[in-house]
Amino acid sequence: MVKRFFERFYVGLILLFLYAPIIILIILSFNGSKSRAKWGGFTLKWYKALFQNQSIMNALYATLIIAILSAFIATIIGTAAAIAINSMKKTPRTIMVAITNIPMLNADIVTGISLMLLFVALKYTLGFSSVLISHITFNIPYVILSVMPKLKQLNPHTYEAALDLGASPVYAFFKVILPDIFPGVLTGFFLAFTLSLDDFVITHFTKGPEIHTLSTKIYTEVRKGIKPEIYALSTLMFVTVLLLLIIINRKNAEKKEPDKKV
Amino acid sequence: MKKLIGLSVLLTLMVLLAGCAKDDGEKVYVYNWGEYIDEETLDLFEEETGIRVVYEEYEQNEDMYPKVQSGAVKYDVVCPSDYMIQKMIENDLLHELNLDNIPNIKYIDPIHLKSSQEFDPGNKYSVPYCWGTLGILYNKTMVDEPIDSWGVLFDEKYSGEILMIDSVRDAFAIALIYLGYDLNSTNETELEEAKILLQKQYPLVQGYFVDQVRDKLIGGEAAIGVIYSGEAIYSSRENPDLEYVVPKEGSNVWIDSWVIPKNCRNKENAEAFINFMCRPDIALMNFEYITYSTPNAGAWELIEDEEVKNSPVAYPPQEVLERCTAFRYLGEDMEEIYMQKWNEAKSE
Amino acid sequence: MKIRNALNVKTPKPPSQKNGGSSLGIRNVKWLSFPYILWMVGFIIIPLIVILYYGLTTDDKSFTLDNIGAILHPINLKALRIALEQSLISTLICLLLAYPLAMILSKSKMKSNSFIVMIIILPMWMNFLLRTIAWQNLLERTGIINIVLKFFGLPVLNIINTPKAIILGMVYNFLPFMVLPIYNVLIKIDKDIINAARDLGANSVQTFLKIILPLSLPGVVSGITMVFVPSLTTFVISNILGGSKIVLIGNVIEQQFRIGNWHIGSGLSLVLMIFILISMAVLSKYDKESEGSGLW
Repeated sequence: MVKRFFERFYVGLILLFLYAPIIILIILSFNGSKSRAKWGGFTLKWYKALFQNQSIMNALYATLIIAILSAFIATIIGTAAAIAINSMKKTPRTIMVAITNIPMLNADIVTGISLMLLFVALKYTLGFSSVLISHITFNIPYVILSVMPKLKQLNPHTYEAALDLGASPVYAFFKVILPDIFPGVLTGFFLAFTLSLDDFVITHFTKGPEIHTLSTKIYTEVRKGIKPEIYALSTLMFVTVLLLLIIINRKNAEKKEPDKKV
Repeated sequence: MKKLIGLSVLLTLMVLLAGCAKDDGEKVYVYNWGEYIDEETLDLFEEETGIRVVYEEYEQNEDMYPKVQSGAVKYDVVCPSDYMIQKMIENDLLHELNLDNIPNIKYIDPIHLKSSQEFDPGNKYSVPYCWGTLGILYNKTMVDEPIDSWGVLFDEKYSGEILMIDSVRDAFAIALIYLGYDLNSTNETELEEAKILLQKQYPLVQGYFVDQVRDKLIGGEAAIGVIYSGEAIYSSRENPDLEYVVPKEGSNVWIDSWVIPKNCRNKENAEAFINFMCRPDIALMNFEYITYSTPNAGAWELIEDEEVKNSPVAYPPQEVLERCTAFRYLGEDMEEIYMQKWNEAKSE
Repeated sequence: MKIRNALNVKTPKPPSQKNGGSSLGIRNVKWLSFPYILWMVGFIIIPLIVILYYGLTTDDKSFTLDNIGAILHPINLKALRIALEQSLISTLICLLLAYPLAMILSKSKMKSNSFIVMIIILPMWMNFLLRTIAWQNLLERTGIINIVLKFFGLPVLNIINTPKAIILGMVYNFLPFMVLPIYNVLIKIDKDIINAARDLGANSVQTFLKIILPLSLPGVVSGITMVFVPSLTTFVISNILGGSKIVLIGNVIEQQFRIGNWHIGSGLSLVLMIFILISMAVLSKYDKESEGSGLW
């Protein structure tokens, strides 16, 4: 049908829009010239140089650890908080939500500097933990805001029913509530992970000298020209995640999950 | 399935965390511009002295300043630019250097020590690392005649082909110099005139850039751009149509130097590091990697490529240097005024 | 929402929801929030107080409203106005692009919803700066798009370094944030309601306007919030794609902090915060059911 064609065309267009710059980056990773403005022939040398470059690899590890840890911790604290907030009366709830929104409202640079000032005032040495704390701080609101709507959709009676049937509160929580809100929790986790991966400003102001993340490394290179090894790294990361996605999707399709419609 | 995910996440974390081995021992904390050193020199330093280098980078002087000033992180060695060094001296943030620990300073060309006195009287606080000029890089196939004046940046015939520099001091330096004034002017009338000139330029420029100028000129996206001399060498290599010139009206000469903050952890390690950087063979390695001119006369002697050694871009003759001035720090209030006028200039 | 009244069906509210909150039957659930409250106070409220302190004082620690008044300076006012314009336009375009996409995706037969979500989020895992710089390669006069256009003899695209490029950059960057909330809300709409409407004689347009659109509003509101707010304070995009020719309020605040004027920087940030709070209050009027708490 014509409608179907247009729908596919539209989706295709949007996807092209979203992925066009990524394709450029992938192409640049094979560019023999260091300059992005010139094509210097096909080469794999940047990939080779990447694995020999200790500082980039260290930055990669740091970035991944911080992203995973901060997203994980933020998810735990945020989910617990979301459940609690959901149960509050209107006024405390509005206050909590308003305060939760604050890190989202502030410009990055304001959050970054204010946290730095806080650490300095507490004489807390900047280092790995200060960055971690900062990332958790700006991640939690997104987790809360991901989980809340799912909580609202929950049927409150299911939990009570489970208790009536003899389940302990903890068991009921893990078997009844968590599975239902899990999409929200998962979305929150991935959102937090994504935001943490890409953050520059806040990381810049709250990190110690031993810590480099990919973002801070890239920003400091902008002035002198981005190392093509970074393009190679980005390409590898992208391809890896894409492959993972496809594999997971295949596995899920095999499981033949019944359609869930609330 | 969930257990598998959880387990693999845990394993990944353990592997990654294991990679962050802690070690004690002598260290030196260095804070420098991005891509501004040959990292091999750091390895050599560690081998020869046993002192581990903890290296961090920044993109602008103003990113570095709050971190040093607040003491949020204690660095041993920092590499600010001229005017920033003066600001740090005036705010009592730097140690005086014990030059007995930096004997290799003798290799630094006295000319640069002398220019350093603009912002560091008596050379008490800084040792030059890199220097250069501010000038025009242009594509000789895209202009009518060879360029020798800042006027070309304000010339309507090149409208849409101009890349202006996105740095308040540099932009005003160009305008002030072109109008015949001192680039360290604090005179309200002169600054206002400069601002009006920059306002007139606004519709003619493609945009204001610092780092992008290089790639855009290499790619032929524009004909004329403002650039630092250190970038010019690299650009000309990538695109031989590009020429660099320090305009006849004069320009800015800048120096980035090593300094030691007062809140450093280990002054002796810091001085050992600076001393090592002043060794001619080390300075040469850095020059060849980042292509920014070295003030180290000993290193200059060792340059093998005659073209580079005598390049008027990297090592301009005396008469060029004589029409170049270094920046001075003008104080917070004046910085505010410059910034305001700059924002006013960038509008239609 | 109103849909239930439209069908003249009243669902009784469970007693615990009369106050607007559902404890899910868990007793003493409040203790779950304590870790977060601690965190909140330490890392949100105290830094906020720091900003308030800097925003309302001068160097000699005396109280002043000058820092906030700095917004009235013509240049700053202009920067704020332009930023508002750009944010509004970008948000609108995002909405117009995202809604149809979300609708199409929500109808798709793909078994895994999370796969769709990931495909949309995936580009965001490449560094933002790199992607924005890559857009230069596409949009420049000597860029890829123009190479292709020239090849076909079509007129050249000249939007780099203009406000249009900035808006494109903003839309590009924030589109996923708009698509996902709307998508998540749309897939939850009970198909039975739609079928019921059809049975009662509504055509596609009516179904959309009276049922789907109102039900999707919480998602739309979340999307708008997640796009409008950050786009108001951004400045990197306007530097790279706009040639730094436009000075936005984000640029001004960043400048002030860079030259060490924390007082004025904080003052301007406070003004911005007030603006954002006002717009969020306005938006929450459209979100009565969820009472302003839905992200998606």
